[in-house]
Amino acid sequence: MTDKPVFMTYSRSDVTNFAVLMILAFAVVPFTIETDYWYSSILIPWLCLALAAIGQQFVMGYAGQLALGAAGFMAAGAFACYNIELRIPWMPFPLSLLFSGIIAAAFGVLFGLPSLRVRGIYLMVATLASQFFIIWMIDKFGWFKNYDTSGIITAQDIMIFGVPFTSPMQMYLVVAVVVTILTILAVNMTRGSVGRNWMAVRDMDIAAESMGISLLRAKLQAFALSAFYCGVAGALFAFTYLKSLEPVAFDIKLSFSILFMVILGGLGTINGAFVGAAFILLFPVVLNTAGNAWFHGTIDATIISAIEQVVFGALIILFLIYEPLGMAKLWENTKQRLLDRRPVGEARPNKKPKTG
Amino acid sequence: MTQVRNFPIGGPLLEVQHISLRFGGVKAITDTSFNVLEHEIRAIIGPNGAGKSSLLNCINGIYKPQEGKIVFKGEVLDKISPNIIAQKGISRTFQNLALFKRMSVIDNILVGRKLHMDCNFLQVAFQTPRARQEEEENRERCEELVEFLEITDIRDTPVGKLPYGLQKKVELGRALATEADILLLDEPMAGMNVEEKREMCRFILKVNDELGTTMVLIEHDMGVVMDISDNVVVLDYGKIIADGPPEEVRTNQDVIDAYLGVAHD
Ligand SMILES: Nc1ncnc2c1ncn2[C@@H]1O[C@H](COP(=O)(O)OP(=O)(O)O)[C@@H](O)[C@H]1O
Ligand SMILES: [Mg+2]
Repeated sequence: MTDKPVFMTYSRSDVTNFAVLMILAFAVVPFTIETDYWYSSILIPWLCLALAAIGQQFVMGYAGQLALGAAGFMAAGAFACYNIELRIPWMPFPLSLLFSGIIAAAFGVLFGLPSLRVRGIYLMVATLASQFFIIWMIDKFGWFKNYDTSGIITAQDIMIFGVPFTSPMQMYLVVAVVVTILTILAVNMTRGSVGRNWMAVRDMDIAAESMGISLLRAKLQAFALSAFYCGVAGALFAFTYLKSLEPVAFDIKLSFSILFMVILGGLGTINGAFVGAAFILLFPVVLNTAGNAWFHGTIDATIISAIEQVVFGALIILFLIYEPLGMAKLWENTKQRLLDRRPVGEARPNKKPKTG
Repeated sequence: MTQVRNFPIGGPLLEVQHISLRFGGVKAITDTSFNVLEHEIRAIIGPNGAGKSSLLNCINGIYKPQEGKIVFKGEVLDKISPNIIAQKGISRTFQNLALFKRMSVIDNILVGRKLHMDCNFLQVAFQTPRARQEEEENRERCEELVEFLEITDIRDTPVGKLPYGLQKKVELGRALATEADILLLDEPMAGMNVEEKREMCRFILKVNDELGTTMVLIEHDMGVVMDISDNVVVLDYGKIIADGPPEEVRTNQDVIDAYLGVAHD
């Protein structure tokens, strides 16, 4: 499982996987995909939502806190970014993103406070407050929308040191770079002491505390970082996908979608965030296409969307019962079976990594 | 037990002073006082429900006794949470296994190193040289422990999948990893066979001898208690009925009545 590190703490397979993904993302995709549709409707929203799902993973998959309100933090990040761009026009976009994330993180700490008192379904309800409060606040105080009354605010163009990034492919590159960096940081944290402390709190909080972990610190840290990732994701989502800012885009349905991404993708894995986001995003597209192909438009769109809901519900229940580790784990298992035909889950004999 | 020890028994390290603990109407502990001496192995015995686990929970800050105080290294541990008490140098295991089930053996033990790892999340996220060094050094310590406990072959297995006896061993490993001054072990050998018990005793004695770690252990097996402990406290219905060296406690009539007589089977 843990192989000998070849670069910093990364094993050979980490490095190869990473290299392949980077080549795909920055060398293959930009030169082979020419249709805007792929960038604007598939790749950009996928990466944005996967980033938000990583945030959800921190708090739910790693720290074990059942939180529901990712979209609220996304809204905080989106509107923070809009206001920074509006009021400090010279601010390079990456810095605006950073500050948007930090502002969202502050909300994360605030709405993470109930986790110190309640857990499970009660915490889920308590964290819903973030969802409603943040949207309410944006709607209530005109300042956040720069007193716009039209209802839909256009997002500013992305400028990085005077260079505009406005075409779908350029925006994809911005998103891909941000998501790559934040994913690496997420992997480092979750594999290191930060993630271990969170998982300890998740699996047995009393024991974690007895080992010297402050539950308050660990939980609020998870909420803060979760909200940071969601905030950055929300800003990217608004500026590169929606290209507008409207609170309704960040409604509770989006929070649920992100929750489902994490459950289906696999709790407590970073890969799972990407797999889950892809599934949730593509599933309706695939179903629609299939529906149209099979029934040649004779079937009503509402029926297709009803089918979608039912299948989603069923899948979530199935995964929760049979494979709580999600699709990422299923994939791992399949890969392992194909690779070495060793029974899954059995410890490999005495393979000790040499860290040093 | 008679040969010269690397760490001869010293003065009081932990003082339990007039502790009383109630759960509603249930008196779990009543006005209990005793000292744990530096470098000793102290056993706590008593019938089920006597309040032994509750006592450890008070020492480690999980329960807050209504009366009395606990003094550790001359400092009163009053109304502070378990994580702060861990910082002061008290670690423990639990009666009903409290492991991190979905984490591997090595990761469980690494959590025990928490207080030796103080890089913040940014250092970890950016894998600064300091963070990498810290991780490496602590991993090495854990690898040594895994070897010492002879669980190398299961180091990557999620602990939830291990049999009970091995889980107990991992939990001891996690407590040892803290390198605390005092370990509170709540029935570390419960449910083990003679062979496994002997092994556990060996680990406990070795750590006590080599590192001078003070041990407080709850144990039902009188053979084990007589073998490894320097002093024994006997609890019954939340009260101390005897406190002294094992030979002395064994012949105490109150103890025979309350505990040995009942538990002898
Ligand atoms: N969390 C708790 N809530 C209520 N009663 C408790 C709790 N913990 C322990 N008790 C009670 O305190 C008494 C002592 O229990 P315990 O310390 O577990 O005994 P022992 O470890 O000696 O078997 C028992 O009567 C038990 O029911
Ligand atoms: Mg007990």
